[in-house]
Amino acid sequence: MFTIVDRRLNPSGKSLANRQRFLRRAKDQVMRAVRDASGKRGIKDIDMGGDISISPDGIKEPTLRRASSGGNRDYVVPGNKEFMSGDRIRRPPQGGGSGQGSEGAEDGDGQDEFRFVLSREEFIDLFLEDLELPDLAKRKLAVTDSLDWHRAGYSVSGSPANLNLVRTMRNSLARRIALNRPTGEEIKVLREEIDRLERSGRDNVRLAEAREELALLLRRTQRIPYIDPVDVRYNRFNATPRPAAQAVMFCLMDVSGSMTEHMKDLAKRFYMLLYLFLTRRYKHVEVVFIRHTHKAQEVDEETFFYSGETGGTVVSTALEEMQRVVAERFPPAEWNIYAAQASDGDNALSDNGKTAQLMDQVILPICQYYAYIEVGQDGVSPGLAYGGGARETDLWRTYKSIAEGHPELAMRRVTQRREIYPVFRELFARDGAGQQTEASA
Amino acid sequence: MSVTALDGGIPLYTGADWDYDKVRRVYDAIEKVALGEMGLDIYTNQIEVITSEQMLDAYSSIGMPLFYKHWSFGKHFARDEALYRTGQRGLAYEIVINSNPCISYIMEENTMTMQTLVIAHAAFGHNHFFKNNYLFKQWTDADGILDYLSFAKSYIAKCEERYGQVLVERVLDAAHALMNHGVHRYPRRRGLDLRNEEKRERERQEYNEQTFNDLWRTVPTKAGGAAGLSDRDRRRALLELPEENILYFLEKKAPRLAGWQRELLRIVRHVAQYFYPQRQTKVMNEGCATYCHYRILKTLHERGQLTDGAWMEAMHSHTNVVFQPDFDDRRYGGINPYALGFAMMQDIERIATEPTVEDREWFPDLAGRGDAMGALRDAWTHYRDESFILQYLSPSLIRKFRLFHVADDARESEMKVAAIHDERGYRAVRQALARQYDIAWAEADIQIVDVDLIGDRRLVLEHRVLNQVLLEEGEAKAVIQHLADLWGYEVDMEEVDAESGARLRKISVGPRRVLGGGGD
Repeated sequence: MFTIVDRRLNPSGKSLANRQRFLRRAKDQVMRAVRDASGKRGIKDIDMGGDISISPDGIKEPTLRRASSGGNRDYVVPGNKEFMSGDRIRRPPQGGGSGQGSEGAEDGDGQDEFRFVLSREEFIDLFLEDLELPDLAKRKLAVTDSLDWHRAGYSVSGSPANLNLVRTMRNSLARRIALNRPTGEEIKVLREEIDRLERSGRDNVRLAEAREELALLLRRTQRIPYIDPVDVRYNRFNATPRPAAQAVMFCLMDVSGSMTEHMKDLAKRFYMLLYLFLTRRYKHVEVVFIRHTHKAQEVDEETFFYSGETGGTVVSTALEEMQRVVAERFPPAEWNIYAAQASDGDNALSDNGKTAQLMDQVILPICQYYAYIEVGQDGVSPGLAYGGGARETDLWRTYKSIAEGHPELAMRRVTQRREIYPVFRELFARDGAGQQTEASA
Repeated sequence: MSVTALDGGIPLYTGADWDYDKVRRVYDAIEKVALGEMGLDIYTNQIEVITSEQMLDAYSSIGMPLFYKHWSFGKHFARDEALYRTGQRGLAYEIVINSNPCISYIMEENTMTMQTLVIAHAAFGHNHFFKNNYLFKQWTDADGILDYLSFAKSYIAKCEERYGQVLVERVLDAAHALMNHGVHRYPRRRGLDLRNEEKRERERQEYNEQTFNDLWRTVPTKAGGAAGLSDRDRRRALLELPEENILYFLEKKAPRLAGWQRELLRIVRHVAQYFYPQRQTKVMNEGCATYCHYRILKTLHERGQLTDGAWMEAMHSHTNVVFQPDFDDRRYGGINPYALGFAMMQDIERIATEPTVEDREWFPDLAGRGDAMGALRDAWTHYRDESFILQYLSPSLIRKFRLFHVADDARESEMKVAAIHDERGYRAVRQALARQYDIAWAEADIQIVDVDLIGDRRLVLEHRVLNQVLLEEGEAKAVIQHLADLWGYEVDMEEVDAESGARLRKISVGPRRVLGGGGD
């Protein structure tokens, strides 16, 4: 006698709670590992889960066990080929006899790194931990991209699946009582009576009467249905739009000849991060790519990153293009606007004044946040670039002059791939703590 | 089909896919062989079909269907999952739980033949062993374990809600570190109930009356009477020291723990106790189950109830499981309990039915006894790995495995081959191998020996060092730190050589934070 139970449909993920506890426990190490890993990753892989290795220090489970070396030990091992008793054998390197260790060692000696797999969600959560969008709540708007359904009373029409049986039967009962529909019991009693009378054959008058009565009852039964379409009620559901915050992200980039592939790559990484970040915070994120040389145009992503263009550099054209797109499609009252500009810092001398004015009066006021990333040649030491007055580019100087009254403008220099993430964190770190430490460093 | 049919002769199933009907047919056929012919005695079976995902889940909570939450299980799950996903390790075919009814998990991905093998292996082999082996009978409560775990789970969840995950985690961390030292190794004396107490009193009285001799009254007693008890002895008697079950001692005697913390220690201790027999019977348990599946499937095949293809598939898995690489093989990772266990069970069968002269000399009671199943059932009931090997490892098996015994003294530059599979070596090899499975040798002998009750409440532990193998220092310190946290005062661990009594090392740790928060 036995029972067989199908557990396959039981909810899986029984150990999820354990996993969360484990991640919490090893959080510092996991975060470090996540950042290291993301530094090494390609752009496309940034928002995927993956292998993580952490040092086993914080997650050791110590036990009282005997040391694996020293003292007198006895091993019994299989597969003797040539040894006679009394033979002497050289000790295999690293102690532990012939890979022996009886019971103790099976639980992973913790000699090397602890490897495991993080899911995509976990990875991104850790990756973006304690980052915050500036002014997140300032402008939010309901976009009806999803609907919530909830119960809202009853209706007379609907799909059979939503039929409300209790209501329907209640109506039917009320109607049957009101219209005096004969019950099954009444008809049964009458029939029995007729039956009795027929068999006895005495009271023929009563029999005829009863027959007539029965015919009447049956007619009524037929005319007044048990359930009438007017009784039927359905559960009604109302749809309410779920408000969702929306944001648009402008990517501005100088694509003139002075921008090398390396610089573009740096910029692209930054945009990737920003996009990832925005999608975590907003339901709805639009991305607009604007590239410029001495003239600007809105392009698709492919063109933006991969097609070359020659010409001078006039930054204000890009700003004007952005202004145009905003006016056309993204009214500032309805959209959270973020912009990230990447450039090597060149600008036509005559354009600086116009750029400053545009930024100051048009662009910055409508932006939630405007990040300016100045990308440098690989190999130029960041120390030199950061070195204050060493050599500031035109654009840097221009932006610096208007940065005073605009907290939403942030400027950073990046020369190497590995700096991207720290700079990004610094820009979006919660309560600006990161910013200060970086500045003093 | 070469062998046709005493009983049926029609294959129970064909093809690889399984369904419930097939499983039922196969189960009934297996049951007929196992109970009717092999005389197995089992708990009612409950077979549960799960997915590989769920199998991974089950791993992380040591195979139990429900278990309390702790980060270390998440850690094991993460590692197992990584190993599984990268293909470095396959999943177990089955997990079986020592409970009544006996729950065995089978995976939906398995073929029908694998399900057959697993049912014979787990639902009959392991099941019989759980129900009959003396260690399991003595130490585990198959009827109550699932209820107890369900209680433990909800109790710990409630504690987490009430006192916070962090506080609960600290206690559990500490308790887990001491888990291996949270088992009773010997049955404890139970307090007598009134009737037995009276009976004993009466018997004593009668004995005194029978043996009364007035002369004893005249024997002079030592001056000062029986006041020879020292302070230390009195203290030890009061605290029932020495005590090797550290968790038990803390649960009962730690001065600063709150009630719920004691209950947590108790839960961990009970779980450790529940698994204690399994740690001592790996070879036998697997040997028993492997022998059962082999014999059952072989019988079914001989009767034509299993197709040749299915038999070949089963044998493929079987031989993989019982493969024993040599010590110089890259795949060698210790002695495979399946291999040794299965070989010993077969050997017992051989000795019982077709003994050689040598066997008659070594096993006079067993050799030629004829009733192999009876002999095996007897062994499965009354032995654990260590005693089983000591009793039943035969010279022919030592030769077959070409076992040899290496003695390794750290003070010498080379290891010495102490014994090989020859006339002089059989007993030595057998003894050394048995000792390898003796949990008392494999694990450190640690006892609580004293508490400074009058002074600073220092707890003193002693590790009796065998063969000059000290504790792993880093880990020992971490564990004693946990211990000190639970105890609430300083803890000393002295390592004393068991032979000479020399003090080798002393580890002292004070509490980092006091876990006990006064009253509850």
